[in-house]
Amino acid sequence: MSILVYAEHRNHKFNKASYELISFGNKLAGDLNTNVFAFTTGTLAREDLKTLGNYGCNTILHFPQDVSDDEKQLSRIISDIASERNASIVLIPHSFRGRAAAPRVAIRLKASLAQAISGYPVSLKPMVVNKRAFSGKALIEETLVADISVLTLNANTFGLIENVVEPAIEVLSIDAGSAATRVIQSEVQSGKVLLSEADIVVSGGRGMRSADNWQPLEELAEVLGAATACSRPVSDEGWRPHHEHVGQTGKVVSPNLYFALGISGAIQHLAGISASKVIVAVNKDPDAPIFGAADYGIIGDLQTVLPRLTEAFRKHKSQS
Amino acid sequence: MNILVCISNVPDTTTRIKFTADNKSVDYTGVQWIINPWDELALTRAIELKEAGKANKIMVISVGNSTVEATLRKALAAGADEAIRVDAEALDSFSTASHLADAIKQYPADIILCGIESSDYNGSSVGGMLAEMLDLPSVSSVSSLEIEGGSIKITREIEGGRQQLETALPAVLVVQKGIAINPRIPSMRGIMTARTKPLKVITASAVNAESQINSYDTPPQKSSCRMIDPENLDELVELLHKEARVI
Ligand SMILES: Cc1cc2nc3c(=O)[nH]c(=O)nc-3n(C[C@H](O)[C@H](O)[C@H](O)COP(=O)(O)OP(=O)(O)OC[C@H]3O[C@@H](n4cnc5c(N)ncnc54)[C@H](O)[C@@H]3O)c2cc1C
Ligand SMILES: Nc1ncnc2c1ncn2[C@@H]1O[C@H](COP(=O)(O)O)[C@@H](O)[C@H]1O
Repeated sequence: MSILVYAEHRNHKFNKASYELISFGNKLAGDLNTNVFAFTTGTLAREDLKTLGNYGCNTILHFPQDVSDDEKQLSRIISDIASERNASIVLIPHSFRGRAAAPRVAIRLKASLAQAISGYPVSLKPMVVNKRAFSGKALIEETLVADISVLTLNANTFGLIENVVEPAIEVLSIDAGSAATRVIQSEVQSGKVLLSEADIVVSGGRGMRSADNWQPLEELAEVLGAATACSRPVSDEGWRPHHEHVGQTGKVVSPNLYFALGISGAIQHLAGISASKVIVAVNKDPDAPIFGAADYGIIGDLQTVLPRLTEAFRKHKSQS
Repeated sequence: MNILVCISNVPDTTTRIKFTADNKSVDYTGVQWIINPWDELALTRAIELKEAGKANKIMVISVGNSTVEATLRKALAAGADEAIRVDAEALDSFSTASHLADAIKQYPADIILCGIESSDYNGSSVGGMLAEMLDLPSVSSVSSLEIEGGSIKITREIEGGRQQLETALPAVLVVQKGIAINPRIPSMRGIMTARTKPLKVITASAVNAESQINSYDTPPQKSSCRMIDPENLDELVELLHKEARVI
């Protein structure tokens, strides 16, 4: 028996979500008295590969050819490795590629699948997990019936647990087969904090008034090292790019801290942010529903409040 | 080029979700059923492609009991040509995908469209499972689909960016935001003609579920929101640092 983690990277560096999955896998391995393996594909320097050892991973299986773009190929390789290493739990990030591969891996392994579980399982034998349903309007407890479980996890759901070990790196030479899909063009922004795994998200709604008013919000995000986001009308209006849209029809985020600036707090917006640990709302309307979902609230006009917020955090940063 | 759209029948997204007294199932009394919003957009894109002369036949398929037929009729009214109901209970993603795979072997298509998730169980699983069961390529988080000659061009979202790609056909595409902007609303004429369009019911062999829901709960309510004086934002910083420990 073992635990297999599929570790993803962006621009040849592991995502935080991957370190988190290793931390999670290591806790499972401890509780089940077994080992955690990591599998990764694509170009990565040895020093970067070894960083998985900072979270307790003893063995890293590295396949240098990048097969992450083809869902069929990637899931075949993950499931072959899982079978070979006798994995009883396969952990996959709930990223775009991860959540696409997970169902295919589950079918190949005759495993049960739970996407985007809410935290550490309630029980390991049998595997019982908690999940959100009805877009956050319900929580369910689910038993995974098969002997093998495939689980995906959103970033910031479990947290990082450092546990430094010296990992062994095995370079895999396997037959990758051929891809059924062909990428014509990729555009990936570098440098920016990813919305899906940001610790802090600064999000603006229609209360920001126009496309030209975003500079102060970006400044706050900059000071906090945060990702920027928005409500649906804001992306529909073209004030912000579509990939920043959060909610039922956009992205589900799970940061430690979410700033809702000029967002009324419609149920469809809350569906995307309710997994945030702490929510701070700024709104000029004391009756805005967002205050019912927030932990800290400020009633006021963003024109004056937003620059002051940035100042206050800047001061804090320079003092700490 | 024929397109098959997989349709999940879900409670209207504004429905208040109630549970039975033992918290073991959902109380569906009085619920309005709709086409899962993602599937509605997938269908809309299929109709647009057909109207542009790029696609021939549009089929819709749903796994469920006779209550899904009203939803399938809506899809026919919006512009689908044929509907199939697989007469089985959708127990979980695995059983649903198994039933769909069996049916699609009898009714093949070049492009199979699924939504990124059903708004009820948010499983995000059926599309990928189906593709694996049929041994087909899949492309997920698809935000645009064009048909050019005998092949298709896809845009999909990835972490921090997007990709344009091509795939061999037949293929399963799992669609998300962007695939179509506004859902197609059935016209009066569409509703009339839908009555005469074929809705086939096919029987299914038994499939066991791979997961089982033990209980339902409402998410914990936030305790009251602590209001901060906008003149004293240092207090907020202090609370986030010392009390909430998030900065
Ligand atoms: C099927 C469906 C799916 C949807 N999916 C989503 C989704 O995924 N995500 C999403 O966000 N929405 C979604 N919506 C839309 C949702 O219902 C709301 O319309 C939307 O969230 C409102 O956006 P908002 O809060 O930015 O704007 P508004 O509701 O207009 O709120 C603006 C807020 O800003 C405040 N304000 C105005 N000026 C100022 C100022 N100067 N200073 C401080 N505060 C100010 C106002 O008091 C108000 O509370 C969906 C709707 C439907 C029907
Ligand atoms: N009962 C069903 N019948 C047909 N298609 C379904 C059914 N359930 C889910 N699907 C399809 O699978 C997608 C993802 O659903 P899920 O994996 O349940 O979140 C949906 O958007 C539909 O396209």
